[in-house]
Amino acid sequence: MNEFTICASVVVFITGTLFWRIVRGPRVYNRLLATGAVGTNAIALLALTGFIFERPEMFVDLALTYALLNFIGTVAAAKYLENHPDEVDRTAETP
Amino acid sequence: MNIAGLIVMCVGLFFLGVSSVGLFRLPGFFARVHAVSKSETLGIALVLGGLMIHGGVSLVSLKLALIVVFVAIANPVAAHLLTRAAVRTGILPVSRSSAFAFRSNAPPANPNDTARGK
Repeated sequence: MNEFTICASVVVFITGTLFWRIVRGPRVYNRLLATGAVGTNAIALLALTGFIFERPEMFVDLALTYALLNFIGTVAAAKYLENHPDEVDRTAETP
Repeated sequence: MNIAGLIVMCVGLFFLGVSSVGLFRLPGFFARVHAVSKSETLGIALVLGGLMIHGGVSLVSLKLALIVVFVAIANPVAAHLLTRAAVRTGILPVSRSSAFAFRSNAPPANPNDTARGK
């Protein structure tokens, strides 16, 4: 139980609160935004995990790859929704 | 060195928590983008900066710095693309009257946006 474990627990708790927005978010954009935030928290969580298990040289590579994939996924979804406006549900109550 | 890294990491966790609270509480998509795109970037930069201070000068710290640089570029770009797609597909901002209508019987001024979530 070192200090990295406590920090990783806090990151996990913060990420867990974001799932409320993913489930409830009135439209697809709120869900995408919260998913991107979860991915960004996962980068920090991966780096902290490397320091917990005292093998940061492996987990830092994983975190770098995850950062690239998270960005590509968000950009692809945003470009698809921009070119296909029919996929967006405009009947939800709050924007 | 250890204590300094821990303090920087705790400040980064504070900013990650601020972005989470903003995503949870703010009304409307654009206010949420405003909360996430800045505090999230600063929070992860401070968390990884604390790890860099803890690890000292090594290849791991160089890779952590690369992650910080990449996230500082990519996170605002992703938020900008999401916001541009939202604007071009007709998502409207929450107006002032509906954003501050805490009473449930206050009628919404604009039919496109109603009072914030119950």
